[in-house]
Amino acid sequence: MSTTAIETKVALDQALNLDTAPRKQSSVEVTDYNNRQTVGNITVDNPKMVCRGVNVYYGEKHAIKNVGLDIGANEVIAFIGPSGCGKSTFLRCLNRMNDTIPICRVTGQIRLDSDDIYDKSIDVVQLRARVGMVFQKPNPFPKSIYENVAYGPRIHGMVNDKAELDDLVRASLERAGLIKEVDKRMGEPGTSLSGGQQQRLCIARAIAVNPEVILMDEPCSALDPIATAKIEELIDELRENYTIIIVTHSMQQAARVSQRTAYFHLGDLIEVGDTDQIFTNPKHKLTEDYITGRFG
Amino acid sequence: MAISQDAHTVKQFDVLLANLRNLVLEMGGLVEEQIKHAIQALDDEDLIAAREVISRDQIINGLQVKADEDCVSIIALRQPLGSDLRLIMSLSKIVTDLERIGDEAEKIARMTVKTYDGVSSPPSAKLLRDVVPMARLAQDMLHGCLDALARLDVEKAVEVAQGDDELDQEFQSALRRLITYMMEDPRTIGQAINVIFIVKALERIGDHSKNIAEYIIYLVKGKDVRHVSMDVLVQDALEE
Repeated sequence: MSTTAIETKVALDQALNLDTAPRKQSSVEVTDYNNRQTVGNITVDNPKMVCRGVNVYYGEKHAIKNVGLDIGANEVIAFIGPSGCGKSTFLRCLNRMNDTIPICRVTGQIRLDSDDIYDKSIDVVQLRARVGMVFQKPNPFPKSIYENVAYGPRIHGMVNDKAELDDLVRASLERAGLIKEVDKRMGEPGTSLSGGQQQRLCIARAIAVNPEVILMDEPCSALDPIATAKIEELIDELRENYTIIIVTHSMQQAARVSQRTAYFHLGDLIEVGDTDQIFTNPKHKLTEDYITGRFG
Repeated sequence: MAISQDAHTVKQFDVLLANLRNLVLEMGGLVEEQIKHAIQALDDEDLIAAREVISRDQIINGLQVKADEDCVSIIALRQPLGSDLRLIMSLSKIVTDLERIGDEAEKIARMTVKTYDGVSSPPSAKLLRDVVPMARLAQDMLHGCLDALARLDVEKAVEVAQGDDELDQEFQSALRRLITYMMEDPRTIGQAINVIFIVKALERIGDHSKNIAEYIIYLVKGKDVRHVSMDVLVQDALEE
């Protein structure tokens, strides 16, 4: 393989997380569903994902402490909290991204619909097709705009012929609100787009494989306000068909896009509630201190 | 969650919030003075003092505009959340009620000028007998809610809200008495109507003070207790 080809494969693997490192997790049936520390209602009427007694360890470090939380179907839930609070770690548990970190160990139960995602029978690649992810920095593959979107459906064998693939690529770009901007330049490299366009390309790539849940890890932190507004509008539209979990450092963003907000602090899920309640009348002092900017 | 007393990481934000709160309290102090002087002028039949009250209302109007400007600027520049947001919203509403209380004081002063203009005969003492006790109740309510605002004291705010009933009852009995005088002696009608305007102004001061007390409960407890029964208000305000 040429150097470019190797780079391409590495980038593809990284982006789709096809890393097949040995699994370090154990699936423990949790019976104590009462998470006493969390303020607010962790359950919802119509859950898409159900997490109970989730603990994450990086070696000796206890990064997530007995977290229980439901993610409602077709809701946007925001995870907020100071750096190192575990929000990204918890997000990465939801499609087993933490599998790629050798010293990371996850216990507890996370269910997607009725499937325990840490069960031995679960194919991680399939899981990540169902639970897609968008990262902080736009990371298009070093390939054409078309190929960026086409790659997932192709490897998952979702289409039968080129025409079907063309339709799927266009539909995904359409849903990501990018089609008008890239219609005439499908063959150009994905990296030739602006930062905001690249991020929408990554969202198009994520939705091309028809996921049920989309995880977003600070998707707008590298974008300007206009590009951010476009992504936020997109999130609002995508909510109709997908369940979206967004980690963000911007409380205004969490307030704008989400219906529920969860506040993490030092690995604990401190409080969860309706977004307007969290931002106008939080119940826990730590939440209040964080959202009002009182952390010493 | 009650209001956090800890300092913000951005100290300038604390300064802005403290300045705004002080401005509103200063405005409250001036409004209190206005009522006091208006009632005193009425009692003393002092037209000069009454006219001073009328002209001082402009200062209170100016403070209202300033406070609202500060609220808008803090929202635009600091994007307050949680208790900070509730503080800004409450203060912005409180200044509206304070300004209206100022207007009521001005109204009393105008009635004083009208009553003792030297053209018509001054009202007899019995027509005015309800004014001073009602003024005392209204002043207590206003003082109580400013006190509650300064100390973020929910119990005090509840006490103020509860006090409004007594003032309303006083107003109703004052009205009944004034109607009786007017029926007994129609020559008193002109003066009695002036007195009705005065006691109505005092009754309104009670209403505005109750509003302020409700905003303080919202500010501290995050619960909207407007338009609920007194039982619900007390329960919401005092439960942990």
